[in-house]
Amino acid sequence: MTPAQRCPPLLDVLRQPARMATLDLKNWDLLLRQAGSAGLLSRIAVLADQLGLNAQLPTEVRPHLTAARTLAAKQRQAVRWEARRVARALAKLEGPVLLLKGAAYAIADLPPAAGRLFSDIDILVPRDQLGQTEGALMLAGWHTQKQDAYDQRYYRLWMHELPPMTHIRRGTVLDVHHNLLPETSRIRTHAAPILEAAQALTDPAGLSIPTHTDLVLHSACHLFHEGEWGHGLRDLVDLDAMLREFSAELGFWPNLLARARTLNLGRPLYYALDTCQRWLLTPIPDQIIAECPSPPPTWQRPLMRMLFDAGLASTHLSCQGPLSQLAGLVLYVRGHYLRMPWQLLIPHLLHQVKRSEMETDKESDKKNG
Amino acid sequence: MKLGDLSLAQLRQRLAANDLALRTGPFVTRMHSTLPLIADGLLRLYADFPLDEGEFNDFHVRVGQPTGIRRWLRPQINFWYDDHSPFKPLPANHAFALLEWGMNWCVAGHAHHYLMLHAAVLEKNGRAVVLPGDPGAGKSTLTAALMLSGWRLLSDEITLIDRDDGMLVGLARPVSLKNASIDVIQRAFPDAVIGAPAHDTHKGTVAHVRPSADSVARVNEKARPAWVIFPRWKQGSAARLSHHSRADAMLHTASHAFNYSLLGGLGFELNAALMDACTCFDFEYSNLDEALQTFAELAA
Repeated sequence: MTPAQRCPPLLDVLRQPARMATLDLKNWDLLLRQAGSAGLLSRIAVLADQLGLNAQLPTEVRPHLTAARTLAAKQRQAVRWEARRVARALAKLEGPVLLLKGAAYAIADLPPAAGRLFSDIDILVPRDQLGQTEGALMLAGWHTQKQDAYDQRYYRLWMHELPPMTHIRRGTVLDVHHNLLPETSRIRTHAAPILEAAQALTDPAGLSIPTHTDLVLHSACHLFHEGEWGHGLRDLVDLDAMLREFSAELGFWPNLLARARTLNLGRPLYYALDTCQRWLLTPIPDQIIAECPSPPPTWQRPLMRMLFDAGLASTHLSCQGPLSQLAGLVLYVRGHYLRMPWQLLIPHLLHQVKRSEMETDKESDKKNG
Repeated sequence: MKLGDLSLAQLRQRLAANDLALRTGPFVTRMHSTLPLIADGLLRLYADFPLDEGEFNDFHVRVGQPTGIRRWLRPQINFWYDDHSPFKPLPANHAFALLEWGMNWCVAGHAHHYLMLHAAVLEKNGRAVVLPGDPGAGKSTLTAALMLSGWRLLSDEITLIDRDDGMLVGLARPVSLKNASIDVIQRAFPDAVIGAPAHDTHKGTVAHVRPSADSVARVNEKARPAWVIFPRWKQGSAARLSHHSRADAMLHTASHAFNYSLLGGLGFELNAALMDACTCFDFEYSNLDEALQTFAELAA
């Protein structure tokens, strides 16, 4: 099954937003559900507005798009506000503080920002300043959520981020990273070049964002190495939007490849470029994909395509094929396999299973009691 | 075609086939369920509502049994919005109440093209009253009583304010009664049609009152706001309206809204315009007849 066969009409509209003007009500009904489930409804609503299509759309549909734009505008404003709070809390920190992903796109007004929704704010700080960062954030009201000793050890020893920090008043969630991938990951990358090359922002002063190539590489490694497929298609749309715009910059493609080599992120970049091209028809020169450092062996490629296609199709029931559930399980295991070696992974998964059973028991006790 | 034009058997069949789209005011909800409680409840409470024969639905919902081994241990049901379930499963006999909560959730979580306050709205002689109410204040009891005495119901839970003209938009869905107020309304209005009660929910016993035929027939007429009234049921109190400051009313409605802050500046403008258009009162009462008398005088 080709990607386009799997996910009409959402994929048609992501490839060619102007197609919105030609959809009938039945297709709109499905599009709104697919896009809502993928976290892309606000993006579609903003694109319709930017293309001046609103007046041509059915009256039944317009209220949904108005609502979705309202939500996106609110989230954008909230992210800006929150980023200023982070900047204020970390003003005394010596090293750079980088905004990552959604927050970076929104603050720097990058192409994926249009209509993008957020669940948390991600920042990257130098590892040696992690303690100071955490202390300063705690003083400003962010605290790590209730977690047992196991979780604390899991995050602090093995992961590339602190346990998520929640603001006690506002409930907003902050993920503090010191690297792009876990310490235990099969691919080792390093954050120093990203921190070094980051560009300082004027507003909010004190924060920086990664360079364009680093933003692409981070997005690629987040999607294709960490394996959070719930937002897979949304993340792929981020990549597509960045590649389309950044590729107009002089020397972007060679710089991207060189950077992937430096950061040891050739493999996820290969997957990102290949998948963007196949799913969203992103204009990427074939030669660039061919020259990508550390590509997967040829025999693995069809298998990986099949898995990623299934992961992206998990967006909505209407996109799923017969093997979706199996592929989802394989991707889940792969995500963990890439995270840590077997001797760590197996005890970790056993612990998760034990805990989820204990929680289920606790819940049913509460209900019966 | 109205829902009540279907026989129970036809209704069940269409619900089972995901072939029933119900229009409630501005929203079309396509419903899918094989549970008898859902068909029974709909036929009893939504008979006057039109079915939508078009191809576009605002919300796709389903009430059914969760998968997994638990369903063999204890019958449970859950609510799905399209393909995800926002709530935890409930005992099977709460199915209809869950559908009502789910439909509220659909509107409150998505309809940001309105300002949505947590308040009831009714209209009489072209003027509407907004009734914000803290839980237990007797808002729904008063709402049901007013509707059953000739006020037109726009909504029991969610006040929709049109962002273009500040007018109130109706849903006319059933009024949700809790615990003792179910008997109070049934005694005061023996003709009122009340659905099967769901016992031991997180809100106690819950039952829904069928909206008046006039409310359903005129659901698309927007209403002009005239009063914001904070009802409070108080043992032994005579029915009494007293002045409530607009500023305080505005703060209260803002902090009890579903999407006030989400709308940003527009939310403020709409809420301020509502207060400008309204006289605000506190209303204490203990006796329903007296309460209805006070409201009749107000609307005269």
